[in-house]
Amino acid sequence: MSIAIAVGLLTAAAVYLFMQRGMVRIVLGFVLASHAANLMLFAAGNTAFRGVPYVGSGEVGEQADPLPQAFVLTAIVIAFSITMFMVTLAITTTTDDDTEDVEVSPARLLAADRGDTKDAGFFGLTTESGDIVVEHGEDETGEPWPEKIPGPVTPAETQEGDAR
Amino acid sequence: MTEILPPLLPLAVGVPLLLAALGVALRKKRLARHMISLGTLAVLFVFAVLLVIATGDGTVLVHQVGLWDYGVSIPFVVDALSALVLMIMSVLAIASVLFAMATHEARARFFHPFVLVLMAGVSGALMTGDIFNLFVFIEVMLLPSYGLLAMMGAKLGAHGARIYVSVNLLASTLLLVGIALVYATAGTVNLAELHGAGKEDPAVALAGGVVLTAIAIKAAVVPVHGWLTRTYAMTSPAVTALFSGIHTKVAIYAIYRIYSLLFDGDERFLWVALLITSATMLIGVLGAVGEKTTRSILVFHMISQIGYILIGVGLFTLLGLTAAIFYLLHHMIVKASLFLSTGAIEETYGTGEIDKLGGMLKREPLIAVTFMVAALSLAGLPPFSGFVAKFAIIQATLAESHYWVAAVAVVVSVFTLLSMLKIWTGVFMGSEPADLQERALTYQQRMHGKRYLRVQAQAETPTLTIGPPTATTSAVLAGKQAVKVPFKLIFPAILLAAITLFFGLGAELLMGWSETAAENLLNPMDYVRAVSGA
Repeated sequence: MSIAIAVGLLTAAAVYLFMQRGMVRIVLGFVLASHAANLMLFAAGNTAFRGVPYVGSGEVGEQADPLPQAFVLTAIVIAFSITMFMVTLAITTTTDDDTEDVEVSPARLLAADRGDTKDAGFFGLTTESGDIVVEHGEDETGEPWPEKIPGPVTPAETQEGDAR
Repeated sequence: MTEILPPLLPLAVGVPLLLAALGVALRKKRLARHMISLGTLAVLFVFAVLLVIATGDGTVLVHQVGLWDYGVSIPFVVDALSALVLMIMSVLAIASVLFAMATHEARARFFHPFVLVLMAGVSGALMTGDIFNLFVFIEVMLLPSYGLLAMMGAKLGAHGARIYVSVNLLASTLLLVGIALVYATAGTVNLAELHGAGKEDPAVALAGGVVLTAIAIKAAVVPVHGWLTRTYAMTSPAVTALFSGIHTKVAIYAIYRIYSLLFDGDERFLWVALLITSATMLIGVLGAVGEKTTRSILVFHMISQIGYILIGVGLFTLLGLTAAIFYLLHHMIVKASLFLSTGAIEETYGTGEIDKLGGMLKREPLIAVTFMVAALSLAGLPPFSGFVAKFAIIQATLAESHYWVAAVAVVVSVFTLLSMLKIWTGVFMGSEPADLQERALTYQQRMHGKRYLRVQAQAETPTLTIGPPTATTSAVLAGKQAVKVPFKLIFPAILLAAITLFFGLGAELLMGWSETAAENLLNPMDYVRAVSGA
């Protein structure tokens, strides 16, 4: 019963955090959600057996089920790696981790990505200097690919964009 | 052959993983990396063809990984369905990698290793006979995809990646919870041991329902489809094409497999599936009609087509399953072809917006034909595989007297054709926008930067190359044909379009295989017997 209460509380907290504004809160929500899932996996192995499941330590009838423990061990590392990726996404997208939805269509974002400020409107996707940084990672020589190119944004255009 | 193949099954996962590591290590050898990636995918394709031949008579190949006893080890199982899906997915991966090589995306440092890890995950997810292991392999598929999605779309990719990662992690967590519940109620996660457990015990059925819900989120069926339409359009065309045939389709495969084994095709819940699939078909296509860029139209279509494919699970008759499996295989090919042909335009002219394009029929007749073939196949017109697929689906629904489902399927086809015509008239017909050339040149310069200047300098005949508007090219600009999609960008789409034509004219072949796969799903006892070794 105590494990059910713990799972319930963790899930409720996770759902609450998912609904919050800001990527970091959502990541924290996912941390809690994966805790809840892991506790549930433990519970699936019947928590009445509390013994350590090592060979030769204690009675077989008292040892805990080792299979869910292996499941949990696997799930923890998977959730950990995805959490790391999400934390990185939280700090790389824009200047903050805000998740408040601007009404963006893929077309406008594509336009912003290729530096077409006229079509893109203003989404904060260009840097302050007006340079548009298109980074697709590195090529095999370790150089960034494609090269960074200064954008064609004239000051007049930027102001027009800001006003919008 | 049925004796030699089973011990080789784990290699379909192991070899791509190993070569992915090699791809990471070989940093400065571009050609070697391309060759490793393409070579592995080609070998995977040949292996899948062998598997299709070996399972063509309904044989189920099983290998207990680690040679532990049945029920203890993770079984790798291949029947006609998994072999067919693996075969088509490896073709898709080859086409997408060729496209990415043409756009130079494949030069990005981790592109090839990511694709190989993705394919290792696909092989594993299709072959595994254990739900927890399925979860692990789905994660193996997803992690490199996060990388590809974010890497290839630059800043907008990061916007899409946030949604994509969040929704998929939520679905994965739900899947994990479902698996925990299945283990708690049934005491095993081995699919063969779980055979029929969902039919007998309502507690297991509920647990199985959680698993299916989680997988349905990954397949983007209608109440939970919004994440897909907002993320797939926000990466590069090559990556969208690759994903279109892989993630949602593996989820569909898992739904079929789990419903066949865990629920043993229980007829009490089929109406739920039919309701959901009809809504998926309808809402997906309505969203498509309302969109404005080629790729977002196609992404909404994916949702609608997922509805068609899942009708099979809602009917669960031999006819229905055969039709749906045929549809699944046909759809993966056609969708990727469409993403690649419109992607070729997007990569060359710098936009996929229908308003900003036009007159491509004159300018790019080869792409126009390729697109036309795939679009007509998607809408379900006679010479192509889409007609056979849709005809069989509608026949199967009528055979079960689900008239309203059949009506939805027919009406949705009309809307599908409508939105395909929208792309056709907007992009291919009409007159060219005045700034098309200029826009394309600016885009090329931006995306390829110095590399294009170098190409320009080396070129003997500047009329045939794409370059920034320098003094030389400005003179060329007066001529109409200065920017053109290179053939290497069109080739992958043509390859896939040819396959849909082949499967339309020679439908018997694929239909026969689909029927074997459907029989395996309908009578899972063969599967269970093969895995348990009894």
